[in-house]
Amino acid sequence: MDLSLSDEQKQLQESAERFVREKYTFENRRKIAATERGWLLENWAQFAELGWLAIPFSEDDGGIGFGSIGTMIVMEQFGKGLVLEPFLPTVVLGGGLIASAGSKAQKEALLAPMIEGKKQFALAWLERQSRYNLADISLKATKEGAGWSLSGHKGVVYNAASADQIIVLARTAGSAREDKGLTLFVVDGKAKGLSRRDYPTQDAFRASELTFDKVSVGADAVLGKVDAAFPVVEDSVDRAIVALCAEATGCMDAINAATLEYIKTRKQFGVPIGKFQVLQHRMVDCFTNAQEARSMTLMASLKIDDKDGIVRRKAASGAKVQIGKSGKFCGQSAVQMHGGMGVTDELSVSHYFKRLTMIDMMFGNQQHHLTRYSNLAMAA
Amino acid sequence: MDLALKPEHKTFADEVRDFARKNLSPATKAKTFSGKHYDRDDHMVWQQALGKKGWLAYTWPKKYGGPGWDITQRFLFENVLAEESAPRIIPFGVKMVGPVIYTFATDEQKERFLPGIRSSSVSWCQGYSEPGAGSDLANLRTRAKRDGDHYIVNGQKTWTSSAHWADWIFCLVRTNTEAKPQEGISFLLIDMKTPGITVRPIIMLDGAHHVNDVFFDNVRVPVANCIGKENEGWTCAKFLLANERLGIAEVPASKRGVRTLRSISEDPSLAEKIADVDLQVQALEMSELRALSAMAAGGAPGPEVSTLKVRGSEIQQRIAELAMEAVGEYAAPYQPGMLFQDTNETPVGPDHAPPAAPRYFNMRKTSIYGGSTEIQKNIVSKMVLGL
Repeated sequence: MDLSLSDEQKQLQESAERFVREKYTFENRRKIAATERGWLLENWAQFAELGWLAIPFSEDDGGIGFGSIGTMIVMEQFGKGLVLEPFLPTVVLGGGLIASAGSKAQKEALLAPMIEGKKQFALAWLERQSRYNLADISLKATKEGAGWSLSGHKGVVYNAASADQIIVLARTAGSAREDKGLTLFVVDGKAKGLSRRDYPTQDAFRASELTFDKVSVGADAVLGKVDAAFPVVEDSVDRAIVALCAEATGCMDAINAATLEYIKTRKQFGVPIGKFQVLQHRMVDCFTNAQEARSMTLMASLKIDDKDGIVRRKAASGAKVQIGKSGKFCGQSAVQMHGGMGVTDELSVSHYFKRLTMIDMMFGNQQHHLTRYSNLAMAA
Repeated sequence: MDLALKPEHKTFADEVRDFARKNLSPATKAKTFSGKHYDRDDHMVWQQALGKKGWLAYTWPKKYGGPGWDITQRFLFENVLAEESAPRIIPFGVKMVGPVIYTFATDEQKERFLPGIRSSSVSWCQGYSEPGAGSDLANLRTRAKRDGDHYIVNGQKTWTSSAHWADWIFCLVRTNTEAKPQEGISFLLIDMKTPGITVRPIIMLDGAHHVNDVFFDNVRVPVANCIGKENEGWTCAKFLLANERLGIAEVPASKRGVRTLRSISEDPSLAEKIADVDLQVQALEMSELRALSAMAAGGAPGPEVSTLKVRGSEIQQRIAELAMEAVGEYAAPYQPGMLFQDTNETPVGPDHAPPAAPRYFNMRKTSIYGGSTEIQKNIVSKMVLGL
């Protein structure tokens, strides 16, 4: 048992810290969010150069083998700066799925160039009716000659507009909410029959609604085994959840620091409002919440590579419950303690609040994961 | 970074388990299961067995007779003992006064007091709170007046756990009434058999006798029993409180509590509440390990351990609350015989019902003792956040 960062891990942390400090001031972020793409190619090139796109992957897959702790370290810093570059959809989800389910040819064609910074991915799983059920998939893929034809709808697909390839979870057999009969397909972002409606999200990321109208793909577009994608997707989403939790801990540190600074300087009744015990205790509760969020994220990051699937799932759900709870507490408290300024667009606090709120909505909120954890714990 | 245990740690855990199975009396273990109160012997026999093995003072450095364990070993030791239903180690000797003595006392005092603490042949209690000095501890008024090579002690301590069992008491006393409140306090060790000491039981809301008033009426205490310099006892007091806060979170006992909850609760509506407190325990445990790991790298517990005490007490209260919810109406029958006496009486309702409500009542103390939740938050606010 050892909870200290190695020298290599500390270096990674410092370089990610430096990137955020230099490139993600609040005003800079505003400018980046307003660009057409919503993030900067030059930043992505820097990620590639620094080796960050290789962090979670094994050396066999062309990665640097930093594993989930590596992802945790950079995501935490990204959370501090509300970084907009699509690390989660491209590296953690897209790259993660290809690394775990891809053939040798797919890894060469997709993963290697992604690590070099030359490819963007998106994961299209959600449909309008799915809510948090990863198996509630009705987009249909039917056999068409040697290949497949995809028809249906996908929603809130992050990074779809920038993605060279979209990884699509489709139903190849079984009924609507069955976890058997699901298959992953790698679809070209510009495929014929694929149309997009792009939009910004509440927290300044980019996502799209996708319509598939008889989109044809070859047999080699199948990622992993036909009809057997569910466990692969569940595992990848669990990894993405843990990465999101790390991002959320960074957000909480930043929003708490901003609030602490604010209540030390804002004066009312002739004193800084941080002199009032009721605000002091609320601030301490924010601090405690962030501590617990960090503890659960660290534990989940250490357990998400466990051999036992139950351990992995419990770790991801457990951390997501904590992040939902702590994120809401820190976010709402920060806005409240900032008073009127907290509900404006002018300060960073509302932007962190929005990101924390959307993180809770992603891949299952606090309640969803409490139920999932509870069921797993009862079964064990 | 790694949560995995090395093979030698697994062997160590087995050794602790084996020791507990051989040395814990079945009667004591049964009390843990049924929620019956331990008597003095339950504690002493067990602690003396640990002492003989050299494991009672398990947090002490080797130099003072501790085993010199790393944080992983301490973690395993505490967890295995909780899993084996051992009573908690009474903290006043090994966890509280012991570290004060080896940190602040003279060599002569160390030789005199440490062996009895390590072996649990001498039992201790804590004389801190007074009727007028609760959260505002520095306001204490128990007076120790110098008379040659003795102090004459007069005053009253209260909420003194185990005073009716203890051989010795460590006391904060006022040796200077002129100075600022924190600057006139001394840390004094007093033999409970000294003439002039009276112990009066305080019966708590669950019917139990754990705590007492202790009265001092012209009690003569040798000056040689003062730890650290006269009037500088506040330094010892704060050092002890920081240690107390770290140990008070009771994570291993809460883990046992969660397991018990799962085994007794049949109502599916409770399952998610149990899952929620289970996750709170995990977060607390990981926070505690992070704090210990930082401490292993250097120094004493920082003020942030106050948050562990706050969360630890809330969690213990929540577990007790859920255990009561689980028995529903069978929380109501009052069955003191089941809790305090050896009896063959069968419980009214389920086996786990008799202690459920008393335990819920009793656990309200956890957010009050050892520095209330509000005081802990004041500490973090001032010392960590700089407010």
